[in-house]
This record gives sequence, structure tokens and C-alpha cells, in this order.
Amino acid sequence: MKSKTTKKKPQTKTIKVNYLARVEGEGGLYVKVKDNRLKDVKLKIFEPPRFFEAFLRGRDFREAPDITARICGICPIAYLLGASHAMEDVCGVKVTGAIRDLRRLIYCGEWIESHVLHIYMLHAPDFLGYPDAIQMAKKYPEIVQRGLKMKKIGNDIMTLLGGREIHPINLRVGGFYKVPTRRELESLIENLKWGVEAALATVQWVAALPFPKFEQDYEFVALRHPEEYAITEGRLVSNKGLDIPISQYDRHLIEEQVPHSTALHTRVNGRTSCLVGPLARYSLNFDKLSPLAQEAARGAGLGPVCRNPFQSIIVRSVETLYAFEEALRLIEKYEPPEKPAFEVQPRAGTGYGCTEAPRGICYHRYRIDDHGTIHDAKIVSPTAVNQKTIESDLWHYIPPNLKLSDEKLQWQCEQAIRNYDPCISCSTHFLKLEVERE
Amino acid sequence: MKTERHSTFSPLVKRGLKGGSATLAFIGIGNRYRRDDGVGVEIVRRLKAENIPDTTIIEASGEGVALMEIFKKYPAVFIFDAVSSGARPGEIFRFEAHRQPIPAQFFNYSTHAFSLAEAIEMARALKQLPAFLIVYGIEGKDFGAGEGLSKEVKPAVSKVVQRVRQEFVLKSGNSPSRSLP
Repeated sequence: MKSKTTKKKPQTKTIKVNYLARVEGEGGLYVKVKDNRLKDVKLKIFEPPRFFEAFLRGRDFREAPDITARICGICPIAYLLGASHAMEDVCGVKVTGAIRDLRRLIYCGEWIESHVLHIYMLHAPDFLGYPDAIQMAKKYPEIVQRGLKMKKIGNDIMTLLGGREIHPINLRVGGFYKVPTRRELESLIENLKWGVEAALATVQWVAALPFPKFEQDYEFVALRHPEEYAITEGRLVSNKGLDIPISQYDRHLIEEQVPHSTALHTRVNGRTSCLVGPLARYSLNFDKLSPLAQEAARGAGLGPVCRNPFQSIIVRSVETLYAFEEALRLIEKYEPPEKPAFEVQPRAGTGYGCTEAPRGICYHRYRIDDHGTIHDAKIVSPTAVNQKTIESDLWHYIPPNLKLSDEKLQWQCEQAIRNYDPCISCSTHFLKLEVERE
Repeated sequence: MKTERHSTFSPLVKRGLKGGSATLAFIGIGNRYRRDDGVGVEIVRRLKAENIPDTTIIEASGEGVALMEIFKKYPAVFIFDAVSSGARPGEIFRFEAHRQPIPAQFFNYSTHAFSLAEAIEMARALKQLPAFLIVYGIEGKDFGAGEGLSKEVKPAVSKVVQRVRQEFVLKSGNSPSRSLP
């Protein structure tokens, strides 16, 4: 983080933080304060557009999962599965049984990897007053080692099912290229059981962190499934009346271009902004969490709805606990399928896919022809959807904190942004923070 | 055959570490489908052909936690990775990471939030660094999609292999039989 303070006139000052660390992607924050009143907040995303949607046109429908997975090294499963589901949707194939379970299992691996990284390496140092996890590790070596071991278990799930921990290569439209044996999956059980205990300890650890008193009346948007805590599929619902199949996404979630960002803003039609990610999932699906995860959340002081974005670190820990438990459950019931994938033949039409990436819903829409050639693609990442909500949080969070020193205010703004674990590379690597006081 | 150990490893020898099990890991980091990014992987493949005893060859994505797991298992680790520092393509950098941090700006081109430089410093903070951790960085030119190294970077592969051989091979030997440690 680099900062610069200049004074323009007696009541005017500009604070610039050129790089906000510990977020993925390149972006910046501009805050303008005049006469001690907040005048402007802009989350600027200047990550260059990557044109994935354009260069998918003309490619074979079977290529979409592997191409789109390259959007993100942290959550490739969200892209592999979103694209696969959309192609299966247009071709009239519903993947069920053990293959569906294996998809959910590898997604648990991705949640564990991503959530643990964010909890321990990116977010916890904010609360404990360290500039990074390496400095924090000197004071809390056992805790950091616990986090690293948890993340490694997430990597192990990804490697076993996906072929490698980053950019898995074993997933395809219809399922997998190769499925594991029972024995191979059982090799994970001992570590997963340890992971459940470690995740419980994590929930207790983060619950004791100091949280600012800050709650907002969000419109939470997440998938909801009648039988499970939604990860790979469900209807899109919100706490303000949205309840639609994902095929109606474009009718209800509106994208808008704003000059200060290369990523499009999203709002629910007729309203201002919405929040996706752990807080939304948790608050809309608390009843679908396991009894242990519910108990851990209550023990951490959370109710069934959480409106304090700073407490997202607790919610991520509860979801990590759930992911460890769910992985164990899926492995225990696993019987290898006869074939590693469902047959999928192309047919002309439009298909939709939407899954719960660690940071929130990740939406895919493709139009293909009878030969399986892609004619049109649309992909919306969760960070793009959350941009407007991050700005909105800061509009409310900054005014009561204007009395803070510039350094402290910058720190808290960065922390407020990291509540969303923003993945800016996905939404269109450093976040620039600029505070201007007049 | 007269043996003469390279000075790099003399402290290990002093600690009485013996051969017999894999004590040395060569880690190549990179993506062979992004041209020069694959130079680290190309180097470890060439080192594999050298058949150096008691050595493990690892091709890695560069994910930090996976690297830290490897650090715990081997007293001596060599890492080979492409860098993009603005130097002349093909230039070879060598860092003794067990002594001091590697320059993060050379190695932060990962899309993963926890990469090589962070993994090394985290391992140092947790006292989990190998006794020897040598990082070779090779300046890349072309990180675009596709296979094969650029003509400026390709000669660096043989040069690095030669330099590694000299790091621990008996200076007077005819074959690369390892004296470490």
C-alpha cells in the first residue's frame, strides 16, 4: 500500500492509496470529502477487458468450460460448471447421481481453498492489525499453520477430482473424463474429519475478532435449492421478492455501464443494488445448513440473517465447516458411476448455468447452433454484481468515521472492500485507493 | 575419483545429512502452454534426464501451499521459474532464498493470491524453510498462448542445467554424480 497526502487549501486534502493489497485484480477506490462531508465514492476497475465472451463465439460448445475456467485461478470450478450446466441445459441433458455428487464435492474443495485463503491470509490480518499474513504468522504461527493445512485439504480434493489444484483439467460437458474409485476418495476422509474440527476452531477464532457496528438493508441474491445448501444449482431468490429460474436472470438482473469501471454494474430490476456471496447465501439458506454449522454460527453470535459485511469472515468460516462436512457426506455415499460422463449431443438453442462461486453467483448464458458452435455468450462474475454494493457500503461507512485519521480511514475502507473478497480479474490486480478531502 | 563438493552445500554436509533418500527437490514452475512461462518446467525435464541420484523432480503450478508442503520434505530445494523484470530475455537470475527474500516484483505474476514469493516468506516466518532454497529466475519474453520457448529464452535452459550441475557435481568428475549431501 502506497499513500500520499497533499493539501490543496486549508480545508482541503487529498489522500491517495495507490495500491490496496490482498485483493485479486487491478482496481482503485476514489473517495471525495468536502467540508467534512462525503461527496463521492467510486470503485474504479481498470483491469483491461478480457473479451472472453467475444472469443467464445465460433468455438465448439465443448470448449466453453475449459476456456472460461481461465477467467479465474481461484474459482475455476464456478466457470467449468457454469458453462457445462448451460451447455447441458441447451442440449436437454440433466446430470444426476454420482456425477452430480462429484461436481458438488469438487465445488466443496474450491470453497475450502478460496474461503480459507481469504479468512486466514487476506482478511484476518485486517482485524488483528497486521499488514499481511506473513507478519501475522510470526505472532500466530499455530493458527496460520492450521489455515494452511485446511487450504491444503481443499487443494487435495481439487487435485484428486480435477487433476491438479489450479485449473483442473478433468471436468467436461456431461461430467468428467475420469472418475475416482471409492478407495481414492476414502483417502481424503481422515483429513476431512480433521478439517471439520479445524473449521469449528476457525469459527470460534474469528467470532472473537473486533467487528465494527455496521449493518445495511441489503437485497441478498443467492441460489436456493429445496433439499440442500445451494452450491451447484437452484432458483435465484432474494429477501425482497425475487424468485426466478436462472433462465430469467437477464430479465431481472440488469447490467449497466459506468464510466469509472471496465466491469459492468448490476442491479435488480427496479431497485438499486444487490449483494451476492457468503452473506446472501447464509441469510437466504440458513435452514439448509447442517445442524453443526447452524450451531457453530449461533455459538459465534450470528442469527439466521447476517447484515454486517465485516462478519462475512464468520460466515465464510461457517460455510467452510459446512463444506468439510458435506465433502465427508458425499464421499461416504459415493458409488462410482458406470460412465464418467453423460452423453451430450448439440442442438440449437440457448442454455443457462448459474452456480455459487465462493464470492457469489456466477452466471453463464450461451446460444449454440445444431453443430454445437457458440454464437453468443454472456458471463457475469460475482464481483461485478457486488461492485455497486461495495460503493454503497462505503457511502454509509465513511461518514461516521470521518473523524478518524487518514491512515486509519484508509485501512478501514480497504477492510470494508475486502469484506467482499473482490476478484477484480474475474469481473473484467491491485486496488488503488484515493481519498480526496476538500 | 577425487571429490570436491561445491561450497553451496558444505553447511549441509557439516550437518551430517546423508544421501540415500531424496534430499533434493528440483521444482519447475510454470505453464508450458504460455510459451516462456514454461521455461522452469523445461529445465526440470532436462534435469530429470541427468539422472541425478536421490533427487525428486516436481512440476508445479506455483500454488503457495503446495510449495510449502514440498519445502517441509526436503532439506535442499531448487526452484526454476520464469520472471518478467524488464531485463534482457533469457537473462538468468539466482537467488539464495534461504538467506533473504527473493525480490517479489520478479515473481508476482501469478493469478493466485498466494504464490512463490509469499510462500517463501510464509515458510520463513513459520521456520519451515529448507536449509537451502535456491531460486533460479529466467527472464521471459513471450508469455502468450502456445507451446515452445522464444529463441532468446531457449539457450537459457542449457545454461541453467549446466550451472545447476556445477552447484553440486564433483568438479573433477566425468559424470554428474552428486556428492550432496
